[in-house]
Amino acid sequence: MVTLCQQAEKSAAPPNSPGLRQPAQGNENQMNKKGYFGNWGGAYIPEVLYETFRQLNEAFEQVKNDPAFWQEYVDLMSTYSCRPTPLTHAENLSRHFGGGQIYIKREDLNHTGAHKANNVMGQGLLVKRMGKKRVIAETGAGQHGVATATMAAKFGFACTIYMGEEDVMRQRPNVFWMEKMGATVVPVTSGARTLKDAINEAFRDWVSSMDDTHYVMGTVCGPHPFPEMVAWFQSIIGIEARKQILKQFGKLPERVYACVGGGSNAMGIFQGFLADRAVDLIGVEAGGKGIETGQHAARLASSDASVGVAQGYKTMFLQNSDGQMLDTHSVAAGLDYIGVSPILSDLWEKKRVRFAAATDTEVMAALDLTMKKEGIIPALESTHAFVQAFKEAPELQPDQAIIINQSGRGDKDIFTIAHAFDDPSWKAFIRGKGADYAA
Amino acid sequence: MQLEQQLRAARAQKDILLMTHLVLGYPSFEVNREVIRQMVENGVDIIELQIPFSEPMADGPVIMMANQEAINAGATVKQCFEFAAEMAATYDIPFLFMTYYNILFKYGEEEFFKKSKEIGIKGFIVPDLPPEEGDKYLALARQYELAPIQIFAPTSREERMRFLAANGAGFIYCVARKGVTGKKSSFNEEFATYMARCRAATDLPLAVGFGIADRSDVETLTGKADIAVIGTATIKLVEEKGPAAVGPFIASLR
Repeated sequence: MVTLCQQAEKSAAPPNSPGLRQPAQGNENQMNKKGYFGNWGGAYIPEVLYETFRQLNEAFEQVKNDPAFWQEYVDLMSTYSCRPTPLTHAENLSRHFGGGQIYIKREDLNHTGAHKANNVMGQGLLVKRMGKKRVIAETGAGQHGVATATMAAKFGFACTIYMGEEDVMRQRPNVFWMEKMGATVVPVTSGARTLKDAINEAFRDWVSSMDDTHYVMGTVCGPHPFPEMVAWFQSIIGIEARKQILKQFGKLPERVYACVGGGSNAMGIFQGFLADRAVDLIGVEAGGKGIETGQHAARLASSDASVGVAQGYKTMFLQNSDGQMLDTHSVAAGLDYIGVSPILSDLWEKKRVRFAAATDTEVMAALDLTMKKEGIIPALESTHAFVQAFKEAPELQPDQAIIINQSGRGDKDIFTIAHAFDDPSWKAFIRGKGADYAA
Repeated sequence: MQLEQQLRAARAQKDILLMTHLVLGYPSFEVNREVIRQMVENGVDIIELQIPFSEPMADGPVIMMANQEAINAGATVKQCFEFAAEMAATYDIPFLFMTYYNILFKYGEEEFFKKSKEIGIKGFIVPDLPPEEGDKYLALARQYELAPIQIFAPTSREERMRFLAANGAGFIYCVARKGVTGKKSSFNEEFATYMARCRAATDLPLAVGFGIADRSDVETLTGKADIAVIGTATIKLVEEKGPAAVGPFIASLR
């Protein structure tokens, strides 16, 4: 760990993220003007936030064109988090499937255990420049909330995290850490009490607090400039991964896999390879209990979603014919969301990114195999990408490679994962602990 | 008659007009029907019918919950149209639809305008659709002569207000303060300055909403605004005391 962190090289600074501009090129003017990626995105915001977004756009435009800002970000991530994160050759899994060489991009080795740290620290630097004193954020599983709380503690910002009441119940350890780092966690009791409702609540805070408060959107969704901005910070993943695979394997991978909730880790790694047209990019969504059951969160991998406008942007949403959003399901809270990044909808429409879905059951099997074969514990979210990669690895030759983006680590999710495995000795342990506390 | 003329005619008779709001299907269309009867009989001049949406980003807890309950109770956009048609046919005052853009978008914008015109709706308030995103919406509003009501906020600059007014019709909805619906606003000096800025930016009638709950609020607005908007207050009242309390409440406001 220590040596990896110390190795932090000066990452080639992309004042404009390398890949992002490529697919949007035909629509570049439109995107610059209104924040659209092809037909997707935009800024459907209430008037009271117009001025706030104008200022945010201006601040982001400034830093985007300032190489010193990117360098400050890279330096910060190499000393506070663990960048560059390694690219691990999964030799045992590669041999097991007998096809292509499987490489894993280790975003799990970031501080707080997920790629969320990238975006959050980047936005933290931006907040410092804007001179705001307080940050708010939504969180689903709690990873983005924990990352935001660490950033706020480090930079001395006040911090409020909105989290669906359901998720507060499911993810107590993350709530514990957020509170310990000084954040206020507000359980959201409206709607389905999950991620989308936390986003609505964060907006409700922001419409009165915007003078001194920045909303740290956790993913590549929401109104412009959030999709572009979060993708820009996350592009650090793909920039590193491309360099690493060329150095370690000697050529580009055939395919790159990433799980897709809102889409930030996927956009992060995909941007490194968007310009390499021969590299197949695959986004893996939550198949939940199976697409046919309707209990899933597959926006682009199923035919259940349709075009809509909600939470400030236009994308494919899981909604009914009236436009009311549906309840979604996944074993992985981080993928359990009604919409998907407008950038990914665009790349899907242009057939640059292919989408698949992994069911809860497939995820548990792939997680088990990865732990046994490699001693690596991917988060349930990340494991979705492993499922699809495992299905396809045998199609490739041993002199070809694939990369899986391991967006987060699973050991932080011990309660959820132990529950998903229905582990009897873990249950006995919890019962014992419960008895201790009850006594 | 178009909305603006209709409001100007009403305003010539009264110092300030009252606009009320309700969420369709909450708690039921039956209760909506009774509430509207009480409102109209007690002198309400214009009514905002909110078609419920599952993600009402600009609304506070009371209206948000009303949206959810209406959807949970099975209220559909089709039912909302049927009910609105009945109200517009029964009463002489103008009715507006308030909703979020996705409802129009999924219904088909042109179809939504066509149907609204057909049943006698006079205009729309769509808080998450700024003019920048509303090319088609604004063109349809002109075509069907329905008022695309624009919103001013205390954070809107003068130039922005002029731009919004140029894209609006009927009246301007001035949000009294930052934040979401349903919390108390203080009508202080800062507010007076804001209203003066709104007045300077447009000739359209000005409605003021967010946090208006009693007679003294309405009195304060008289002379500064053309229309006082009562939203959350009547929803709370119906929740606490039932629809019969609405009439006396409305009568007490002016």
